[in-house]
Amino acid sequence: MGKFNSVFDIIGPIMIGPSSSHTAGAVKIGNAARHLYGRSPSRASIHLYGSFAKTYKGHGTDVALVAGILGFGTDDNRIPEAFSYANQQGLAFDFIEENTAVEHPNTVRIKLGEGEDELELVGVSVGGGKIEIIELNGFQLHLSGSYPAILIMHNDRFGAIASVTEILAKHEINIGRMEVNRKDIGKEALMTIELDQNIEPEIEQELRSAKHIIRLAKVVN
Amino acid sequence: MFRTVAELVAQAERDNITISEVMIRQEIEVHDQPRAVIIERMEKNLTVMEEAVEQGLAGVQSHSGLTGGDAVLLQQYMQNHQPLSGQVVLDAVSKAVATNEVNAAMGIVCATPTAGSAGCVPGALFAVKERLNPTREQMVNFLFTAGAFGFVVANNAFISGAAGGCQAEVGSAAAMAAAAVVEMAQGSAEQSAHAFAITLKNMLGLVCDPVAGLVEVPCVKRNAMGTSNAIVAADMALAGVKSKIPCDEVIGAMYRIGQQMPSALRETAEGGLAATPTGQTLAAMLYNQSK
Repeated sequence: MGKFNSVFDIIGPIMIGPSSSHTAGAVKIGNAARHLYGRSPSRASIHLYGSFAKTYKGHGTDVALVAGILGFGTDDNRIPEAFSYANQQGLAFDFIEENTAVEHPNTVRIKLGEGEDELELVGVSVGGGKIEIIELNGFQLHLSGSYPAILIMHNDRFGAIASVTEILAKHEINIGRMEVNRKDIGKEALMTIELDQNIEPEIEQELRSAKHIIRLAKVVN
Repeated sequence: MFRTVAELVAQAERDNITISEVMIRQEIEVHDQPRAVIIERMEKNLTVMEEAVEQGLAGVQSHSGLTGGDAVLLQQYMQNHQPLSGQVVLDAVSKAVATNEVNAAMGIVCATPTAGSAGCVPGALFAVKERLNPTREQMVNFLFTAGAFGFVVANNAFISGAAGGCQAEVGSAAAMAAAAVVEMAQGSAEQSAHAFAITLKNMLGLVCDPVAGLVEVPCVKRNAMGTSNAIVAADMALAGVKSKIPCDEVIGAMYRIGQQMPSALRETAEGGLAATPTGQTLAAMLYNQSK
């Protein structure tokens, strides 16, 4: 099967202009960051690379990223005024233009936080409004944000993955795609699981208390 | 699932249905969704396109000031003159421009297949509508037909300027529009394929060279010309003119040309019109303004 599997990948999305990659894609990366953080942050530090760093003002990439972090959709007409909504909602943000060379021209690093609790991710806008999250808290991954997903930080011990998949199997939840990454053998690892449906709060609770699980975040769709 | 235009046309002919119907049935099967849900979702896209055209014809300006107001000029001209290129063509051009001006002004559009090429399909649709008086259902079908062809291009080549130049983006959009116009005018599936091929052949090699990296100059006018190309190609196909090079081979040629295109001519704003003295002056001016 090809890269695109729906007519609505071609006719759509409905979006605020001007660019599917620099505007709609930026909103989606902001959305993913907000979902993974799990609540509204009080600060956001946004590092722009490549074409994002060069052309972000003209494309509204800056307002689009902030809109995404606020949870607005790609077609939300509040996007152009996202900065004032951020002020109202107590979100402080800053943009840093980076000169470092990156593999993909439309790359952004977002650090969200409130108090001590921080999340850092790297997202790329790959074209036509499609995105990928390629790094989360130092772990490499491939997350499209187009499907519901759960991300589980766990201790790198045998049985950790099985305990998660057993719970999903018991509740008859199908896994579309799964990957596991770790920084060092025996330390912390990250499981990324894309699902066909959003999970119920009870299942989420069950997963959180499973063996070797440290932390859970999710993308709702 | 169809992978090529040849397969798409063959399916339509085998089942004696239109291309839009092939696309609708595939969407139902692959995504396991009821027909009504799929139709309703496409109709929502149609409504967004309609509103964008209306908004653009009323007059908009982009934040940079580089684009806006040309759709209004075109409509005024059409009211006071008999356009040399014909009523339908110039109406289509004005509605494509309207859509892209709204896009540049951060209004709401439907990406077809991208935001930068969002003008061609609605431009052609809403101009031909005035001549053919289609039902709402036929207008929704127009989008499924355009989508079916775009689907083949996206999976066999590319649809973004960053990947394959403007030929991949506005080229695909214009060719999709041409194929859909043919179906709305009661042409055959095969004629849709010829219209698509004829349009894309005449957009091959077109580079993506946006001034200051913005989706404005020359993007708005590229959509205008792509749309006029689409309507003329549709007429040619309806007249019985055939593309000597089959549709899928034209898509293949577009892909190879895109791969050979240097990165300076693929959306980076480092070559072509972006690198002209005026292009550079505008970029420097905008960059200083936004500091």
